[in-house]
Amino acid sequence: MTARDWLLDDSPSSRLQASLGRFYRIAVALMRNPLSVLGGIIILVLIVTAIGAPWIAPYSAIGQDLANRLMPPSAAHWMGTDELGRDIFSRVVWGSQITLTIVLLVAVIAAPLGLLIGAVSGYFGGWADRVLMGITDIFLSMPKLILALAFVAALGPGIENAIIAIAITTWPAYARIARAETLTFRSSEFISAVQLQGASPLRVIVRHILPLCTSSMIIRVTLDMAGIILTAAGLGFLGLGAQPPLPEWGAMISRGRTFILDQWWVATMPGFAIILVSLGFCFLGDGLRDVLDPKQADKH
Amino acid sequence: MSFEPQTEPVGAAGASATLGRRRVLRGLGGIAGFIVTIALTFLGLLAITFFIGRVIPIDPVLSVVGDRATAAVYEAARVAMGLDQPLPVQFANYVADVLSGDLGRSVSTGRPVIQDLSRFFPATLEMATIGILIGVALGVPMGVTAASRQGSWTDQVIRVVGLLGYSVPAFWLGLVGLAVFYARLRWVGGPGRLDIFYDGLVPPVTGLILVDSLIAGDIDIFWNAVTHLVLPASVLGFFSLAYIARMTRSFMLDQLSQEYVTTARVKGVPERLVIWRHAFNPIRVPLITVIGLSYAGLLEGSVMIETVFSWPGIGNYLTTALLNADMNAVLGATLVIGAVFIFINKISDVLYRVLDPRAR
Repeated sequence: MTARDWLLDDSPSSRLQASLGRFYRIAVALMRNPLSVLGGIIILVLIVTAIGAPWIAPYSAIGQDLANRLMPPSAAHWMGTDELGRDIFSRVVWGSQITLTIVLLVAVIAAPLGLLIGAVSGYFGGWADRVLMGITDIFLSMPKLILALAFVAALGPGIENAIIAIAITTWPAYARIARAETLTFRSSEFISAVQLQGASPLRVIVRHILPLCTSSMIIRVTLDMAGIILTAAGLGFLGLGAQPPLPEWGAMISRGRTFILDQWWVATMPGFAIILVSLGFCFLGDGLRDVLDPKQADKH
Repeated sequence: MSFEPQTEPVGAAGASATLGRRRVLRGLGGIAGFIVTIALTFLGLLAITFFIGRVIPIDPVLSVVGDRATAAVYEAARVAMGLDQPLPVQFANYVADVLSGDLGRSVSTGRPVIQDLSRFFPATLEMATIGILIGVALGVPMGVTAASRQGSWTDQVIRVVGLLGYSVPAFWLGLVGLAVFYARLRWVGGPGRLDIFYDGLVPPVTGLILVDSLIAGDIDIFWNAVTHLVLPASVLGFFSLAYIARMTRSFMLDQLSQEYVTTARVKGVPERLVIWRHAFNPIRVPLITVIGLSYAGLLEGSVMIETVFSWPGIGNYLTTALLNADMNAVLGATLVIGAVFIFINKISDVLYRVLDPRAR
């Protein structure tokens, strides 16, 4: 029996085999869509770059070289140098760590929070539902960027506060999805069966409802990544996110603003990195939606 | 018409009158419900700005009096700001202040925030309106074209343009636009609303320079304003274009897969009419919602664009206030942008319900 047969076995003999088989099927379906493959490759490159930054970046991210300031792109400096003679390519490479950190932390904070609120709201219904969804709706009807700006203004500039502010503006969408998903199977038989065995609401929600919400959550989080990256870069651009000398892409664009008319590369190069990574997440998210949620697929 | 049974009972007139009254009542209930939702949402918005302004900062007094104030001055400021009272009372006072138009005084301009905002708002409104016009004029035809040629390379290009709208930073696009169209090609005016020597020549009537210059009959200033407006409005328009095109495409694909479209084609209706009359008509209503959402989104997007283009609007006011830690101004601008955002959202929601018979 080959590995492939084992993965695609219709009657898996263990949970591990079943979930590995599911992953394999999703991966195969994703491979058929060239754009999602491209997106996957971009995300992979981002992760590899972030981990391998010390070996990939030819120069340090903060080492100054005032003799070589504002040099145009060349063989020695692929993306040129900035106003302090720092190699822009190296800074973009090091900056991938910051971007990846922001994106991961926002996802880790906002997705579980939204999931839990949505699932509790959908499972219990009644007043809990009304209050929680009221709060969710108020957050949803607010402009995200402005809300994040105001929160950072109160919390103080800095990368941690930027992450908190973005997470605060991101969770409501996840709560809505989790609630909708929970409602579809709240009254189904397997939930009643677990309840009759005496499972506590906590156990029902955590062990039996949340796992079923994950696939739509993964789609939504992946699609949201581009927005999260753009908001983080925007905060950095306004000087409210990562502080200098950290090589955050948005902050780098902001530094290059002064030189945009003559030394265009200082501001443009980090922008390409932002676009590439955001597009990667969009492509992958679209592909994942097509595979995991075929109902929605042909609509977009 | 004449196939309907004409044998209505005598009481039909009375019955239809109650029916009509019931409909009116339901309509009134709908309006009341709408007002309650909007009021609750605004209250939520106020709660959030209150929370941001009064609860998160460790010591709001310190940011007003500075850290060298004596204990007496500090205490006086604390009482004057109402911070000695319990939080619910503070919140009630805050809501009352906002409702009476008192948003506090800006530390950096020294004027009441509400005055500043009403002076800066028209510039934002002007840019966002031109932006949405560009977005609708290009985005709708692009979406329709993409859907009617699904899978072709035109469709692919339009899809990628749509996705770029989600992945290009607005401030970056603005900077690149300035570098290319202003610095290199000299096609458009630079930052600001007017060239410096035209500044202040037109008496402000509406605050919209395009309108004011026409009222004053000054064509030179009008054209100058156009050259300054076209780039930031186009950048802004690009983002609404991307969104509108994406949504139009998906609505159209929905319609084009319906059987009535096949029927029309079989009957020999020209393809142009099938698309623009049969398939496009039903999506006009959902499109209004999309356009409304996109317009509200532009008011938000203008924060970044205004910063890049030194555009004297609310967004620029907000970011300047952020850098000066001018919390009254930050919260005032947040409140106004948030309120307009919510208002446009709810209005398009209502329009959808009024115009679409299925949603009634």
